[in-house]
Amino acid sequence: MDFTYDDEQVALRDAVRGLVGKTYSDHEHRRQTVNEDPGFDEKQWARMAEMGILGLPFAESDGGVGAGPVEIGIVAQELGRVIAPEPFLACVVLAGGLVSAAGSAEQREEILGAVAEGERVLALAHDEPGRGWVPTASAVTATEQGGAWTLEGVKEPVVQGARADTLVVTAALPDGGTGLFLVDGDAADLQRSSYRTYDGGRAAKVTFSGTSATPLGEVADRESTVATILDVGRITAANEALGSMETALRLTTDYLKSRKQFGVTLNTFQALTFRAADMYVSLELASSMVQWATMVLMSGDAQAASDAARRTSLQVSRAARHVGQEAIQLHGGIGVTAEYAVGNHVARLTALDHLLGDGTHHLGELVGRIGDHEGVDPLH
Amino acid sequence: MQLELSEEDRAFREEMRDFFTTKVPEEIRDAVKEGRELSKDQIVASQQALNAAGLAVPHWPEQYGGRGWSDLRRHLWNEEMQRAFVPAPLAFNTSMIGPVLAQFGSEELKERFMAPTANLDVWWSQGFSEPDAGSDLASLRTTAVRDGDDWVVNGQKTWTTLGQYGDWIFTLVRTNPDVKKQAGISMLLIDMTSPGLEVRPIELIDGGHEVNEVWFSDVRVPGANLVGEVDGGWTIAKFLLGNERVGVAPVAATKRNLALAKERYADRITADPLLAARVAELENELLALELTALRVVAHSEGGEPHPASSVLKLKGTELQQAVSELAVDLAGPASLASGADEGSALPGFARRATPTYLNLRKASIYGGSNEVQRQIISKTILGL
Repeated sequence: MDFTYDDEQVALRDAVRGLVGKTYSDHEHRRQTVNEDPGFDEKQWARMAEMGILGLPFAESDGGVGAGPVEIGIVAQELGRVIAPEPFLACVVLAGGLVSAAGSAEQREEILGAVAEGERVLALAHDEPGRGWVPTASAVTATEQGGAWTLEGVKEPVVQGARADTLVVTAALPDGGTGLFLVDGDAADLQRSSYRTYDGGRAAKVTFSGTSATPLGEVADRESTVATILDVGRITAANEALGSMETALRLTTDYLKSRKQFGVTLNTFQALTFRAADMYVSLELASSMVQWATMVLMSGDAQAASDAARRTSLQVSRAARHVGQEAIQLHGGIGVTAEYAVGNHVARLTALDHLLGDGTHHLGELVGRIGDHEGVDPLH
Repeated sequence: MQLELSEEDRAFREEMRDFFTTKVPEEIRDAVKEGRELSKDQIVASQQALNAAGLAVPHWPEQYGGRGWSDLRRHLWNEEMQRAFVPAPLAFNTSMIGPVLAQFGSEELKERFMAPTANLDVWWSQGFSEPDAGSDLASLRTTAVRDGDDWVVNGQKTWTTLGQYGDWIFTLVRTNPDVKKQAGISMLLIDMTSPGLEVRPIELIDGGHEVNEVWFSDVRVPGANLVGEVDGGWTIAKFLLGNERVGVAPVAATKRNLALAKERYADRITADPLLAARVAELENELLALELTALRVVAHSEGGEPHPASSVLKLKGTELQQAVSELAVDLAGPASLASGADEGSALPGFARRATPTYLNLRKASIYGGSNEVQRQIISKTILGL
């Protein structure tokens, strides 16, 4: 049992920190970036590709790096630290993860190689109006005629759905089950209307009207594959949230030490410093869980990873709300302005909390399994 | 980063599990499981069984019976001990004065006390808090004045846990009233049978007699019973309290108590989603705490406690209290029957739930109150 990074992991962390820190430690630059479409910096995306970040989780034979969950977690933490708007989670981990898990050898090589090079942006079209955080699809249906597949229905919200060159789509299969399909961004009979999301990102309503689609791998019920990748996404999102919470707390303590009211700095008031101490407690506990879940993911045991993803999402959801809300409150009015970083961290934390299931959702899942164990043992 | 235990550590855990579940008398473990008060004899018998197997003071220096284990092994040792309902070795002996004597004591004191302290042949009490020196410990007023080779001690200590069983008491005394308050404190070891020393019980809201006042009236203490330097007691106190903070995060015992509650009230918990959610959330928070404890021990090498040990104390006691509160709620009306004897139709664990809950309100107060821990976090860690 070991909670420390090895030398290569430390080097990766420092390199990513250097790259994204250089671009976004000036919060004004981030603000300008997210104000313009597509909500992230294409040049930064290219630099991330150059560094190998965009191919990190994919097999070397598919044009990737073949790195593990710890490395992916490191990248996510560093992106979270400066709330970098590049869609690493949505494009690489979620949509790319599904291609990697379900695609044919040909599809993997063609698509993932291009993702790793920064030449192709993927989006996962999975969420449907009226239902959330399930690994199945129902509102979008797939139909086959003479060996050709078409899709019908609406997906929304689809993160980076309008910018994406290729959509990875979940759809209900004719004989039941949830299939996976690829749809070209410029396909006929595909409508994409994009809008801004409160965390600075972009999402779209994507309408399929008999749109041509290519099965990802064999046509089969992929519910368990989707569930597994959503769990990977949850643990990645938790890493990203951890980085963001660390910054939110640091911004808050810096502010308490410098901001003066009544002729003294705010850290003179115990009513404020004790609340900062409680934020630290929440952050440390969340950090332990995130590191643990990342290590569980390394084991490759899908059931254990699912459990760890839920437990970590619950802990991080509670912590992110606590740390985020208090960070704004301890700042005062400046905390709710767009020009100052801390409120934007809280917005991103809120988005991460709701992307793949919030704390109460996961608590509900854990309640359903409450009787199947005596206690929770972190060591195996 | 790696989660799995090595083969060796796995075997070690098995060895511990085997020992604790077979070599400590079952009637003692049953008493712990049922939440009954242990007698002095039971506490001594349990520690001596551990000590005979080299399992009472594994964290001490090896020359005094320590085992030189990794922090992970100490964690596994503690975890298995709690899981088997074995009472932990007496903290005053093994976590407090033992390490202090090893670090600061004269050769004479080590020779005299280390072995009997490990074996609980000597039962130690803690003489720190006073009526006017609680969280502000350094303002203590019990005095020790030189008289030839001896010290003469006058004053009053309070909250002395299990002082009624104590043979000796390690005591912080003011030896110099003319300097900054921290700089005039010394530590003396005092024989509790000394003339002029009196122990008076304090009854608590749980109906039990756990803590005491200890009064000193011209108690003579030989000069050789001074630990470390004259006026050097504050350094020793900080060393001891740092160890105590790590020791008081009761992760494994709280986990065990939550598992017991789940087992005892399985039907009700399954039938009531609100109760089940409370249990599931507590389980999750305990997992986060345990993982944090593992991270902290791994970084506390070299004596100085990790600053995040304050997190363990704070959150550990909050969860300990929350689980005891849950147990009262689960007991329902049976929780009222605290005074009933074995003739009661209600199960013992339900009858004892409320006294335990009331008793454990102390946990966020002792060992540096949780407000003191917040002060440490905000000052030492956050630099506020």
